[in-house]
Amino acid sequence: MKKKNKIKIVVNGKHLSVKIKFSLKNLIEKLKTPINKVAIELNEEIIDKKKLSKIFLKNKDKIEIVHFIGGG
Amino acid sequence: MNLDLLKIANKKFKSRLIVGTGKYKNMQECAKAIKISGAQIVTVAVRRVNISDTSKPILMDYIDPKKIMYLPNTAGCFTSKDALRTLRLAREIGGWKIVKLEVLGDKKNLFPDMIETLKSTEVLTKEGFKVMVYCNDDPLMCKRLENSGAAAIMPLAAPIGSGLGIQNKTNIKILRNQTKVPLIIDAGIGQASDAVEAMELGCDAVLINTAIAKAKNPFQMAESMKYAVISGRKSFLSGRIIPNLRGSASTTNKGLI
Repeated sequence: MKKKNKIKIVVNGKHLSVKIKFSLKNLIEKLKTPINKVAIELNEEIIDKKKLSKIFLKNKDKIEIVHFIGGG
Repeated sequence: MNLDLLKIANKKFKSRLIVGTGKYKNMQECAKAIKISGAQIVTVAVRRVNISDTSKPILMDYIDPKKIMYLPNTAGCFTSKDALRTLRLAREIGGWKIVKLEVLGDKKNLFPDMIETLKSTEVLTKEGFKVMVYCNDDPLMCKRLENSGAAAIMPLAAPIGSGLGIQNKTNIKILRNQTKVPLIIDAGIGQASDAVEAMELGCDAVLINTAIAKAKNPFQMAESMKYAVISGRKSFLSGRIIPNLRGSASTTNKGLI
């Protein structure tokens, strides 16, 4: 019965299970991501970082969180 | 004395050496080499955050983007779609508009796919990006990139990471004569003399990663490249003598005993 309160999402290719009414802001906080150093995509659409608390995740959502690394 | 500055999309830089941040042993080594090189622009790549451990130090902890300009690249992108996605994300991370576009078409030699590169340049320019474009040294394609609004033309000297030096000096000279935006050698530099040569051919800057990062002593090589770029630039600006097959004595015969 508990499972009904959960949804499955994919973050950076990894499967995660979160509760319903879970916002992108909740996700960023859960992952302890430094928000000013990343960009976020939800189902291949870039998300305005100011609106994270207003966006609630749905089952099967795909999220990408990226940052800068060394490169030539 | 007039300052000889590098101007890219209305931004001005004293250093004409752009350094890549890949392939170093660790981020400390990378940051130190960049400091020694005097570079004011560094290329960076866009990749997934490691979500299982977000406490690990990241590039921004070592190289402050407020002090050194990050130039996001599209390393690893083989289609225009992927390159556009990557650079839109890069802009979102920190508002960067000046970007390095690199759409590869050949996994073995890492040559650019110029058709995809041209398409991407057009789209990105319309979206307000200032696009510095990694390209081959074909004057016709380079002209088309420039006409599409490229902020800098960045031909390869030789394949990425090969260290072979400038393979087609003639094309670089032709490009110098026809290019009005900054012309920057990107890829193929192996040693300081290659960087000198690029600057003596009239290039506005040089982009180096592997030659510094993979040198036995990256710090010394970073310093060497710094002076090579300065030396080559000054040599280019000084107006060299006309080469002559005949000797010309440096000392007067007047007063000879």
